[in-house]
Amino acid sequence: MTSSIKPEAQGDFAPAALIARILAGEKHLFHDLIRPVERAVYVMLFMLLRNEVDAEDAAQETFIKIYRNLHNFRGDSKFSTWVVSIARNEGLGWLRKRASHPEEPIHPILDQDGETTSGDFTPALLTDWREIPLETLERKELGQCLSRAVLNLPPIYRDVVQLRDIDDLDIAETAQVLGISPGSVKVRLHRARIMLQKELVPLLERYAPKTRGFFGRRV
Amino acid sequence: MKIDCKHVWEHISAYIDGDVDQALRAEIDRHLEHCEICSAVMDSTRNVVVLMADERVFEIPAGFSERLHSRLDTILRT
Repeated sequence: MTSSIKPEAQGDFAPAALIARILAGEKHLFHDLIRPVERAVYVMLFMLLRNEVDAEDAAQETFIKIYRNLHNFRGDSKFSTWVVSIARNEGLGWLRKRASHPEEPIHPILDQDGETTSGDFTPALLTDWREIPLETLERKELGQCLSRAVLNLPPIYRDVVQLRDIDDLDIAETAQVLGISPGSVKVRLHRARIMLQKELVPLLERYAPKTRGFFGRRV
Repeated sequence: MKIDCKHVWEHISAYIDGDVDQALRAEIDRHLEHCEICSAVMDSTRNVVVLMADERVFEIPAGFSERLHSRLDTILRT
């Protein structure tokens, strides 16, 4: 599985080592420091702002803030987690500045665990699934189909999918960025994946390899 | 413990992440062996998760990185 965030380097190129050198005056190393997280920051901002131009501008502002606040990075979380948190705050700030932000939930009804109780979280039922290999993503419309489904998720579910499945943060890191409990991350992630399965299965079947089991059929 | 389909669906995400205990995993595996619906649901959900994580799903605009580093250069010089 690929992810938006490249694995953090070790040794002399580990984020902590690079940050120490940048703060000591080797400013040009900031370029190397942020390359592994550029994509995750852009995707985070695109999902929040839903506009390529705004997402790119907000990404640039995010990295400038990161540079100016590098001395505040304590190292008690991964650098990538810290960066994604700053990007999220930047994006939410942009949203607040906009006159309206319809992509944010109005007021989700919360149950005792702080999770919404509304919604259908039953998967699409089928009796046969022919795996769609990653190479199929060479077809642009498949990628668009997937990205549209993620973007159309309610924001609390979209957030966890982005951080956990697209950026490959772990449960604890996702919880830290969103300021929610690990248990809530798991509940939201489960519901989000079921919603995506339900939405996407009927659309994705057309991309499956041609061969099909004799008894394979949707129910 | 014998589990039904709905019980399996409740654990799909945790199962995919390897976040279920050994006893539950064994029970789910036993269920999947004979339930074609749950097997297909599990396989399709896992497939969706894998596809979604691919970089081709959310592409960054052409020249994004160059423009970013060019702007940063001006900041780093100050």
